[in-house]
Amino acid sequence: MHITVNGHRSYCYTGGKAFDAAKPTVVFIHGVLNDHSVWALQSRYFANHGWNVLAVDLPGHCRSEGDAPESVEQAAGFVAALLDAAGVARAALVGHSWGSLIALETAGRLRDRVTHLVLVGTAYPMKVSPALIDSALNTPEKALRMVNVFSRSTLASPSGAGFWAYGAGMALGRRVLRSNPAVNVFHRGFVACDTYAGGEAAMAQITCPVLFALGAQDQMTHPKGAQGLIAQARNAGKSVQVADLPVGHNQMTEAPDPTLFAIRDFLGA
Amino acid sequence: MPGYSDPGFDTLALHAGASPDPATGARAVPIHLTTSFVFESSDHAAALFNLERPGHVYSRISNPTNAVLEQRVAALEGGVGAIAVASGQAALHLAICTLMGAGSHIVASTALYGGSQNLLHYTLARFGIETTFVAPGDIDGWRAAARPNTRLFFGETVGNPGLDVLDIPTVSAIAHEAGVPLLVDSTLTSPWLMRPFEHGADLVYHSATKFLSGHGTVIGGIVVDGGSFDWEGPRTAGRFAELTQPYDGFHNMVFAEESTVGAFLLRARREGLRDFGACMSPHTAWLILQGIETLPLRMERHMRNTQKVVEFLASHAFVSRVGHPLLESHPSHALAQKLLPRGAGSVFSFDLKGDRAQGKKFIETLKVFSHLANVGDCRSLVIHPASTTHFRMSDEALAQAGISQGTIRLSIGLEDADDLIDDLQRALKAAEKASGKAGA
Repeated sequence: MHITVNGHRSYCYTGGKAFDAAKPTVVFIHGVLNDHSVWALQSRYFANHGWNVLAVDLPGHCRSEGDAPESVEQAAGFVAALLDAAGVARAALVGHSWGSLIALETAGRLRDRVTHLVLVGTAYPMKVSPALIDSALNTPEKALRMVNVFSRSTLASPSGAGFWAYGAGMALGRRVLRSNPAVNVFHRGFVACDTYAGGEAAMAQITCPVLFALGAQDQMTHPKGAQGLIAQARNAGKSVQVADLPVGHNQMTEAPDPTLFAIRDFLGA
Repeated sequence: MPGYSDPGFDTLALHAGASPDPATGARAVPIHLTTSFVFESSDHAAALFNLERPGHVYSRISNPTNAVLEQRVAALEGGVGAIAVASGQAALHLAICTLMGAGSHIVASTALYGGSQNLLHYTLARFGIETTFVAPGDIDGWRAAARPNTRLFFGETVGNPGLDVLDIPTVSAIAHEAGVPLLVDSTLTSPWLMRPFEHGADLVYHSATKFLSGHGTVIGGIVVDGGSFDWEGPRTAGRFAELTQPYDGFHNMVFAEESTVGAFLLRARREGLRDFGACMSPHTAWLILQGIETLPLRMERHMRNTQKVVEFLASHAFVSRVGHPLLESHPSHALAQKLLPRGAGSVFSFDLKGDRAQGKKFIETLKVFSHLANVGDCRSLVIHPASTTHFRMSDEALAQAGISQGTIRLSIGLEDADDLIDDLQRALKAAEKASGKAGA
């Protein structure tokens, strides 16, 4: 469905179910050069198990209008505005990669309005190599290939229905890039990840339990990169869970069930 | 140099889609000969039916062995996924019927396999789908044939048997201007010779019976989605409601919302395999996988033998024409150099200087070449298209497809090239001697 947020039509996939404000809401936030469809299985599951699902296309990505966020903070502002526009008082936030930083920043700002925070494939700081940032801007096809190679952990993803995860990742990246002729959202997203410096402050502010769902073979956001944030949260007395997923950075497509179960169990769905 | 995470074509041909079986450790792909799969619980059953979790329900819709084949071919083609079906014709039918119904229109090349020509010209017309045929090299013709109700452009990477090379970059650009995808039959080239998505095609299918399986043992087909076509793009003008509007027949799913790059495959599987039912046996999928494992090796040998046979025939006094783009005389020579640098395939035709009776003598004298209706076998094959594969076509349609009454089609196999040339030499000699003999 489309919701007007900050004056722009913004798309949210609802998992095939009509939005119902009476149900608990879970927001899924995608990463760089992705869209809502990376959450296809998990979002559909929650929509059919008692939850409102809002799997967003971030502004300037695919079906959503508006300027593509230049920073994690801008994107968090969008998510907060989205909840207001949808009339959602409280929600669980689930983010992948760049989306995990956006979810973290949003949770830090909205505090009690966020019931659960799930950070899938996260690291903080989320530094991106200068070579990759440069390639995303100047040779995006090459950078897209690098990202998909680094993200992959298997040549046999358990799609069950003949989807080739690597090819789907390449095609989705090209589609998202093409969807915004005004801005290279690949480059902009990587710069936003690389420059985000508010993770510790956001973590200090959150009031909800946090799940870190990390890919043991993740080469994009190595599990080591999340340990500082995990330690900070634990030291501050937050409720923290860590799920080790047997996969790389394609948690939702290459380990769909383990990723779903980790989120489901954490949310108590 | 690619590492394990960035494997090359030959490695993908062996490994894509498969890993050692977690239950048994089996290294080769297991053949899952089962109709159905036990649910863990009622909730698991519902989640599988509703596409909330990955897995298999019933082998008409999906099967673990078939899924390996589907991922492998998608990997080799550079696509997002694939659907294995009962035959190449089933793959063509599935692609067309996923995208359109009665009142729709297709623009297709004249240089098509006879079975495809039959489907478009006769059978689909009976169901209200009309086709305009255009010579593959008639670029203005492709552009002029598009109509508001056109849903698909369709051609073969190289036409059967004239080997007219389809100018995929140009024809796909015209298709996209018209707001429709380009589907190509890539059977005769296989992904080893050409990956049509890299040139602009949107959908690819194979008769896997041919080079993919490679041994003349099974009938099968597979359709691959490149994930590049935007079914809701500004030029499509609402043509693809099957993918962009809620489908009552499957949870009111809007396939283009459900999967940004896999909408076609979702609908094709959830409707086409479910309702038309032209599924592939897992045993067939396994045999095709066995073939694909040696596809790079076989294709290299096919090309090497073909070059030697083409050179032999082109220099033979009793041969009036050899229709292979290897030769500068072929109208697609330059385009083949550009799009098919590894070769334009091992299926081609040539004309004898003799009459029909001499052609008959030629075919019946061959010993190594087998006279039958197939191509892409590891064994060398021969046939007379005008009286067999293309027999329903008029003389005019035959001419448009580059076939005369004297045309003979060869499919060059993997035997010793010297043995193939020796066989052809003896048969040509016998045919020459048969000139004017009554009853020959």
